[in-house]
Amino acid sequence: MTTLTPILTARWGKPDSWRLNTYQADGGYKALAKALTMKPPELVDLIKSSGLRGRGGAGFPTGLKWSFLPAPDGGPRYLVVNADESEPGTCKDVPLMMADPHLLLEGIAITAYAIGCNHAFIYLRGEVVHVYRRLMRAVEEAKEAGLLGSGILGHEFDLTVTVHAGAGAYICGEETALLDSLEGKRGQPRLKPPFPAVEGLYARPTVVNNVETIASVPGILANGTSWFTSMGTEKSAGHGIFSLSGHVTRPGQYEAPFGITLRELLDMAGGIRQGHELKFWTPGGSSTPLLTAEHLDVPLDYESVVGAGSMLGTRALQIFDETTCVVRAVTRWMEFYAHESCGKCTPCREGTSWLSSTLQAIQAGRGRPADLEILADVSGSIIGKAFCPLGDGAPSSLTSSLKYFRSEYEDHVALGACPFDPAASTLTEEVAA
Amino acid sequence: MSYDTATSARLTAEFSEIQARYPSARSALLPMLHLVQSVDGYVSPDGIDLCAESLDLTPAEVSAVASFYTQFRRQPGGTYNLGVCTTALCAIMGGDAIFERLSEYLGLDNGGTTPDGMFTLEKVECNAACDYAPVIMANWEFFDCQTPTSATELVDKLRGGEPVSPTRGPDRLRTFVEVERTLAGFSDGLADQGPSGGAASAAGLEVARQRGWTAPAREGKVS
Ligand SMILES: Cc1cc2nc3c(=O)[nH]c(=O)nc-3n(C[C@H](O)[C@H](O)[C@H](O)COP(=O)(O)O)c2cc1C
Ligand code: SF4
Repeated sequence: MTTLTPILTARWGKPDSWRLNTYQADGGYKALAKALTMKPPELVDLIKSSGLRGRGGAGFPTGLKWSFLPAPDGGPRYLVVNADESEPGTCKDVPLMMADPHLLLEGIAITAYAIGCNHAFIYLRGEVVHVYRRLMRAVEEAKEAGLLGSGILGHEFDLTVTVHAGAGAYICGEETALLDSLEGKRGQPRLKPPFPAVEGLYARPTVVNNVETIASVPGILANGTSWFTSMGTEKSAGHGIFSLSGHVTRPGQYEAPFGITLRELLDMAGGIRQGHELKFWTPGGSSTPLLTAEHLDVPLDYESVVGAGSMLGTRALQIFDETTCVVRAVTRWMEFYAHESCGKCTPCREGTSWLSSTLQAIQAGRGRPADLEILADVSGSIIGKAFCPLGDGAPSSLTSSLKYFRSEYEDHVALGACPFDPAASTLTEEVAA
Repeated sequence: MSYDTATSARLTAEFSEIQARYPSARSALLPMLHLVQSVDGYVSPDGIDLCAESLDLTPAEVSAVASFYTQFRRQPGGTYNLGVCTTALCAIMGGDAIFERLSEYLGLDNGGTTPDGMFTLEKVECNAACDYAPVIMANWEFFDCQTPTSATELVDKLRGGEPVSPTRGPDRLRTFVEVERTLAGFSDGLADQGPSGGAASAAGLEVARQRGWTAPAREGKVS
């Protein structure tokens, strides 16, 4: 049996969990002190050997990413923390920054030192103002305590951290769009290569990492790589936050080793809401193909979820019971992609809006039998042909739902109506009770 | 119309303050536009001109950036921006019902503003609070686990001038323009208000506590 491992989440809910003194009382910033006695390449190697992989969705090995930076040339190098958290279902970075911003800042300071960076940025989505307050305050506190600024902890290391609020655009979570946005432009993806490691922010070498990735760094430093690899699987090492939402008894954040299953998580969360059963779920947000009750025992690590025909993504487990119309869910996700498509490339711009209007028609009972073929065709002309992964991921819920629930689409067309009662799937009664 | 001298001098000075946070001045554009909204309640033509002047861009270049981002209003809006999440999960858990009720109650379509300038009603996309679905973001503060009834109560309280507390935010909900100033990076001193998180944030911790589960002990002694 897998058990929970509160590490990143350990202080959440404590009074004043976001204050520097709370963090320091728990040993906070000791990992930074230790890091500053090491040589930067040693730190990169340490993170490499920990097996830490990026927590922003793609799971790229973090130490390897850091090692791609070209040799120092005397010019600036940047660390940009991706705090855009906008993939539907994903809700782990926001509570982390609200409850424990110093954990992130300590991770930033260690990472910046490791990669030779003196100015780091946190790109926070603009729609979470209280998180912005907490981050700004934490930077202030850390500066006053000499944990940021110049000559940090008596070492020859200077670091400025700028917390930047975006202004609403899902695509700004894609790392190159994020960099354009941080440069004060429209947030549209850049052609890769060059990768950010070589030409990132202001065309300088840049590391972009997710909030949870960077927040995992102090623990690895403090506790060692074998501590870290004692959790998780061989290829998906360590701990991660699993976010359960939807039709579960106790939705929320569950921090566990990689490889835990949905069955185990549901047991901890009190199961599917009472009197109902699991119908479908996303393992890692709306860009990852849907799974069903068949997949309750799939280990939630990168490889196993791919083996089950999906992707682990951001571990955003959105759970839907049998009252949910899958066509309605997919339609709403497609409306999301059509709304958030940045418009740079034709397959995604045109394809997502075509899919969205076709789905709307089917859901409303105005669909024709031929529409199902249209859905498959248009999906096929986006996947693999889009400029960035937003387009590639947009049809995921659609194609997977056609695989598992095709008859539901056919029923909508045949009936000329949606067979589901939307009121049956709301949580409203429970919430009001 | 354009800004009076005092306003334009203050904005120009604050633009410089924002620019000083970045190695390159242009990076300040998004926060500068938030600051414009804190003065005008939307991205006004005057604000666009002043941003353009400050960064040596054309007004068209500034508009092109502003129009890319959903938080920037193209016309004046309400003192309270009510954003109901209607992305799939929230929509299904009750967000659609909440939006419908508010739409009727306020007599507004998506994006509309009440004639008294109190409320703008919007559908918003997933706001990273799915474990608190259905969610309303009022002036970008979290109102978790909402119902159609709690939504109309929120409206009534705000109308009556009663203090309203976000679920995870400062003690009292601020106005749209006040929040926009914070988003431009000017501290309002409220970071220490509000909780560490909500019950869902700590759901796993609570299970771990009940079952006596902890993270593994660290390896050996830290060298
Ligand atoms: C459309 C799109 C949205 C994304 N949104 C986010 C996001 O909100 N947060 C994030 O960390 N990564 C996001 N990513 C992934 C980033 O591009 C990038 O891989 C990640 O920030 C790298 O950090 P990591 O290696 O630490 O995961 C997104 C990618 C795409 C294509
Ligand atoms: S795939 Fe979509 S989001 Fe990505 S570049 Fe093309 S239009 Fe923009």
